[in-house]
Amino acid sequence: MSTNAQKKGFGATLWDFLTTVDHKKIAILYMIAGGFFFLVGGLEAMFIRIQLAVPNNDFVGAGLYNEILTMHGTTMIFLAAMPLLFGFMNAVMPLQIGARDVAFPFVNALGFWLFFFGGVFLNLSWFLGGAPDAGWTSYASLSLASEGHGVDFYLLGLQISGAGTLMGGINFLVTIINMRAPGMTYMRMPLFTWTTFVASALILFAFPALTVGIFLLMFDRLFGSNFFVTAAGGNTVIWEHLFWIFGHPEVYILVLPAFGIFSEIIPVFSRKRLFGYSSMVFATVLIGFLGFMVWAHHMFTVGLGPIANAIFAVATMAIAVPTGIKIFNWLFTMWGGSIKFTTPMHYAVAFIPTFLLGGVTGVMLAAAAADYQYHDTYFVVAHFHYVIVGGVVFAVLAGTQFYWPKMFGTMLNEALGKITFWLFFIGFHLTFFIQHFLGLWGMPRRVFTFIEGQGFETANLVSTIGAFFMAVATVVLLINIIITSIKNEKVGNDPWGDGRTLEWAIPSPPPFYNFKQLPLVRGLDPLWIEKMEGKKGMTPAEPLGDIHMPNNSFTPFVISFGLFVAAFGAMYRLDYNWGLPVLILGMAITFGSMFYRSVKDDHGFHIHKEELTDDNDKGVKA
Amino acid sequence: MHAEEKMTLEKWPAAPEKQTLEGKNKFVGFWLFLGGETVLFASLFATYLALKDKVPNPEHALAKDLFEIPLAFLMTMLLLTSSLTSVYAMYHMKNFEFKKMQLWLGITVLLGLGFLGCEIYEFNHYVHEYHHTFTSSAFGSAFYTLVGFHGGHVVFGLSWIILLMARNAKRGLSLYNAPKFYLASLYWHFIDVVWVFIFSVVYLMGMVG
Amino acid sequence: MENNQTNTGNPSVDITYRRKRNAEEMRHQVISFALMIFFTVVAFVAVGSGMSGWFTVPFILLLAAVQVVFQLYYFMHMSHKGHEAPALFLYSGLLVGLITILTFLTIVWW
Repeated sequence: MSTNAQKKGFGATLWDFLTTVDHKKIAILYMIAGGFFFLVGGLEAMFIRIQLAVPNNDFVGAGLYNEILTMHGTTMIFLAAMPLLFGFMNAVMPLQIGARDVAFPFVNALGFWLFFFGGVFLNLSWFLGGAPDAGWTSYASLSLASEGHGVDFYLLGLQISGAGTLMGGINFLVTIINMRAPGMTYMRMPLFTWTTFVASALILFAFPALTVGIFLLMFDRLFGSNFFVTAAGGNTVIWEHLFWIFGHPEVYILVLPAFGIFSEIIPVFSRKRLFGYSSMVFATVLIGFLGFMVWAHHMFTVGLGPIANAIFAVATMAIAVPTGIKIFNWLFTMWGGSIKFTTPMHYAVAFIPTFLLGGVTGVMLAAAAADYQYHDTYFVVAHFHYVIVGGVVFAVLAGTQFYWPKMFGTMLNEALGKITFWLFFIGFHLTFFIQHFLGLWGMPRRVFTFIEGQGFETANLVSTIGAFFMAVATVVLLINIIITSIKNEKVGNDPWGDGRTLEWAIPSPPPFYNFKQLPLVRGLDPLWIEKMEGKKGMTPAEPLGDIHMPNNSFTPFVISFGLFVAAFGAMYRLDYNWGLPVLILGMAITFGSMFYRSVKDDHGFHIHKEELTDDNDKGVKA
Repeated sequence: MHAEEKMTLEKWPAAPEKQTLEGKNKFVGFWLFLGGETVLFASLFATYLALKDKVPNPEHALAKDLFEIPLAFLMTMLLLTSSLTSVYAMYHMKNFEFKKMQLWLGITVLLGLGFLGCEIYEFNHYVHEYHHTFTSSAFGSAFYTLVGFHGGHVVFGLSWIILLMARNAKRGLSLYNAPKFYLASLYWHFIDVVWVFIFSVVYLMGMVG
Repeated sequence: MENNQTNTGNPSVDITYRRKRNAEEMRHQVISFALMIFFTVVAFVAVGSGMSGWFTVPFILLLAAVQVVFQLYYFMHMSHKGHEAPALFLYSGLLVGLITILTFLTIVWW
C-alpha cells in the first residue's frame, strides 16, 4: 500500500480512483464529476439565454428549448450543486471532526458511483432520441403525455443517482455521530460539520419521498399502472405533493452546506470566532425542521383551499426568522474583526446581500394571495436563482478557492480568483436582477420565445449579456485551475495563516490516514485555541499506534454499472426484444457483485506504527 | 478486540453487535436507514389511502369486496411469530450459542416463506377472481405497490438471512458477523412493524369499508 | 460500552450472570409477544363482529400503535441504552411520514 501517488503511471492512478474508498479521493471524484455537470448545465443555461436574447428568436426550436430547460434545472440541482457540496463534505467534514475516515468507506464509494452512473444515464438521453422535456419538476399530467423516452431517462437516472445520495447522507450522519475525535462534542463541531449533519438528515427524510414519487411515475409510464391517470381513478396532485415533499427540503439540503462554508470562511478572514455559535446551530436545526413543513407553498395555485394555503404561508414566512439570525451573526462576526479581503471573503461578503434579496422575494412569494400574481413568471425564476446561485454557487466557488490547498496542496491564484469573482458577481446581478421586473411586467417562465412590442426586449438582452459575464468568469476559473496545477507550488498545513479548525492542523493534502494520532479537542475552533497558547499544532489524544484502514474495492463501480445496464433494459423493454434480458443481466450484475461483497471476508489492513514514525517528525507522546 | 479474532465463550462480550467500531457504525447507520424507510412506507401508505377505492367504473372490485379475514389473519400470525423466532435467534447469539441461533433463524426463514406463499396465493386470487390487477385501476396500482413493496422487503430479508446463515455456517460467530446478524434481525422486525400497519390500515380498515 | 459494567474480571461468573439476565429478558419478550398476539386477535375480532366503523377504525389503529411500540421497545431493544440517535431519527421519520399521510388524506382530493 504505497502512500505516494506522484510516481504512479496514468493507468495506475485511474485504477486507484476507480477503486478508492478514501474520502479525500472520493471528494475529488465528486468535484470532477460535479464540475463537469456544472459546465454542461452552464452550457444549457447559455443556450437558454441566447434563445431569449431577442424576440422571435429561432436559435433553438420550442421542443428543443423544453429539453434544454428541463436538463438545465435537473443537471444543476442533482448533478452539479449536490455533488459539488458532497465533494466538500467528503473533503472537509471528516477532517473537521478529527476522524481517520468516514463511517462506511465502501458505501461512500458506492454512493459516488451511483450518482455518476445516474448522471451519465440521464445525459445520454441527448444522444438517444431526445432529453426529458417536462421540466425539472416533471409534473405527472405533462410527463405522462411526453413522447419518446426523455422522461424515462429522467426517472431512471434520478432513481439511480438518488439512491447514491441517500447512501451518502446516511454515511455522513453516522460519521458525525460515531467518529468525532476525543473532546469534539456536538457543541464544539464547526458550523460546516453541523450543516452537513442537518443537510444529511434532510436527505435521509426527503429522498424516500422522491424515490416513491419516481417509482409511481415510472410504473405509470413503463408498466401500465394508473397512479396519475385520472380516467382510471388516479390523481396527479399526488405527484406534486411527493415531488415537493422532497423538493422543498432539497432547497435546504443545498443551501445549508453553503451556509456552512461561509460560516467557516467568515471567521477565518475576520480573525474572530463566529458570533453567536450556539444560535447558529439552533438556526440550522430549526431551518431543517421547518423545511419539511412548507412544501405546499409551491402549490398555492393548485387550489388546495384557503386553510391549507394559510398554514403553509405562515410556516414559510417563519423560516425567515432563523435565516435572519444567521445573516446577523455573519455580520456581527465581521464587525470589529481584522478582515482580510481574500477571494473566498469576497464571495462571503457578496453572498450576504445577494442571499438576502433572494430571502426577501421568498417572503413575498410566501404570501399566498400575492403568489397568484407571481406564480409561473420570471419573478419566481429570479427568486430561486438569487437563492441557489447567490447562495449555493457562490459558496461552491468560495469553497473551491478556500479548500483547494487542503485538497490538492497548492493555492489557486488570488488575482485570477478575484477576476472570476467580479465577473461572476456583476454577471449574476445583471442576469437575474432584471428578471424580477420581467416577471412583474408579466413575462411567463418556461416559454421558448416572446414577441416584440411587449416591453420585454431590453430586459432580456441585458439578462443575456449578464450570462456571458458568468460564462467568462467560469472560463477564467478553469484557466486558474490549469495554471495552478501546472505550477503546483506546495503549501504547508495552514496556507491561509488563520485556520481555526482541525483540517488546518494536518498537511495539505492530508496523508491517507488523516491523523497520525487523533487530536485532543479542547473547545470550539480547536486549532485556534492551541495557536493562542503558542503551540504549533494539536495535542494528540492517543499514543502512536497501528491504524486500521479499509481495502480498496472495485465492487462499488460494478454494482452501479449493473443498475446503469438494467436501466436501459427497463426503458427499452417494450420496444425491443433485448430489453428484458438486458434488464435481468443488469440486475444480475448488481446483485451478483453485492453477493460477492457479502460473502468475501474483507477486514482491511493495518498501518504499523513503525511505518508512521519513519516520516520526518517523530510522533509526539500523548 | 479485532473483528476477525477467533471467539470463545469467555471472550464473547455482552453486546457483540456493538463491540467494534464497524459494529457501532453499522448499528447507527442501519437505524437511520430504518428512519428513511419509515418515510418511504409512509409515502406509500399515503398514496394508498388517497387512491383507495378509486376505480374507473362501478363494476370494479373495491376493498370491501376483496379482503377476507382468515387469510389476512394467517399471514399476520406467520409474520408475527417469525418476529419472535428471530428474537430467539438474537438471544442465542448473545449467549454465544451458534447452533441454536442458526436453528431459530431457520425457523424464521420458514415462517417468512410461508407468509410469502400466502401473499402469492392472495395476489393470484385477486387477479383471477376479481380482475383486480396492477393496471386495472388506480386503486389496484396503489394496493399492489404498497403490499408489493412490503413483499419485496420480505424477499430481500429472507435472502439476507439465508445468505448470512450459509456464509457463516462453518465459521461460527465472530465480532465481524455478529453485527450483520443483529441488523438482519432488526430489518426483519421492521418488516413486521410495517405489516402491522398494512393489516390494520389496508385489510381491516378495508373490510370496515 | 453498555452492559459492560457487569464485568467482574471473572469470565465464568460474568457469563452465568449474563445468561441469567438474557433469559429473564427473553421471558419478557415472550410476554410481549403474547400481548401482541392478543391485540391482533382483538383487532380481527372487532372487525369480524361487524361493529360500526366509527368505533373499529380508531380502535384497531390504537391497537396497531401499541403493538408497534412493543416491537420497537422490546423486540428491537429500543428500551436499552445507546438508542438515542436511533430514537431521534426514527421519530423524525415518523413525524415526516405522518404529516405526509395527513396531507394525502386532506388536500389531494377536494
